[in-house]
Amino acid sequence: MKFGIVINEGPYTHQSSDSALQFVKAAIEKGHDIFRVFFYHDGVNNGTRLGVPPQDDRNLTKEWSELAEKHGLDLVVCVAAAQRRGILDEDEMGRHGKNAHNLAPGFRISGLGQLIEAGIQTDRLVTFGD
Amino acid sequence: MENGEGVVKRFCYINRKAPYGTIYALESLEVVLIAAAFDQDISLVFVDDGVYQLTKGQDTESIGMKNFSKTYTALGDYDIKKVYVEKESLEERGLTANDLQALKYEDEDDDWAEKDSLFLVGRSELTEIINEQDVILSF
Repeated sequence: MKFGIVINEGPYTHQSSDSALQFVKAAIEKGHDIFRVFFYHDGVNNGTRLGVPPQDDRNLTKEWSELAEKHGLDLVVCVAAAQRRGILDEDEMGRHGKNAHNLAPGFRISGLGQLIEAGIQTDRLVTFGD
Repeated sequence: MENGEGVVKRFCYINRKAPYGTIYALESLEVVLIAAAFDQDISLVFVDDGVYQLTKGQDTESIGMKNFSKTYTALGDYDIKKVYVEKESLEERGLTANDLQALKYEDEDDDWAEKDSLFLVGRSELTEIINEQDVILSF
């Protein structure tokens, strides 16, 4: 089955990113396809590479980056939601005249059309949120 | 459309939260406005505190938030013709249909006659509507 994943909450405050990560790992293990993981609302905060959780805790952003690299996952952060919350890649940094960018490896910034496309292209769109 | 050309799915956007206090209502509306460009079958559902999103006379000046309530009345221009409001959610909050903004669209198949796009539905009927959908996004 082809899955699309939506993550609507940031890391640590909510469990949604953890649950989605576990769901995606389990789905891949069972041979399913993950078409895309789309980060929206505070979910975009999963894409900052500047988080430094305590060493005995999980690092969700790092886990997503590693999973993306291992399985070629398409991790998409919504551009409008990201701009509001200060999640920028190098292009966005230049466009908005900022002096830093913080998007983690394996993530990319794109528009809401990517979410709708995931709904069209997949057998199931599964939302993790509040 | 770059991908999925010709595919029409039933997309349902469920709005459950008050318009202010959290960002869910505003960012849901942003999704709906983008989605309208994809030629899909769109329904909007308003339940629980989500029914407050459609109320008339919203005034956000004193809380310093952008009042985006007028955007709902423009949904008809985006060809969004099916907006379902749950009756029980209104009643539980002491609201009636008269407290809501009128939502209309112009029917191109009927000489652009202006028609209602807002429908009050009971909880059980809403269950059936949601059951018929292909993709559900809940905000």
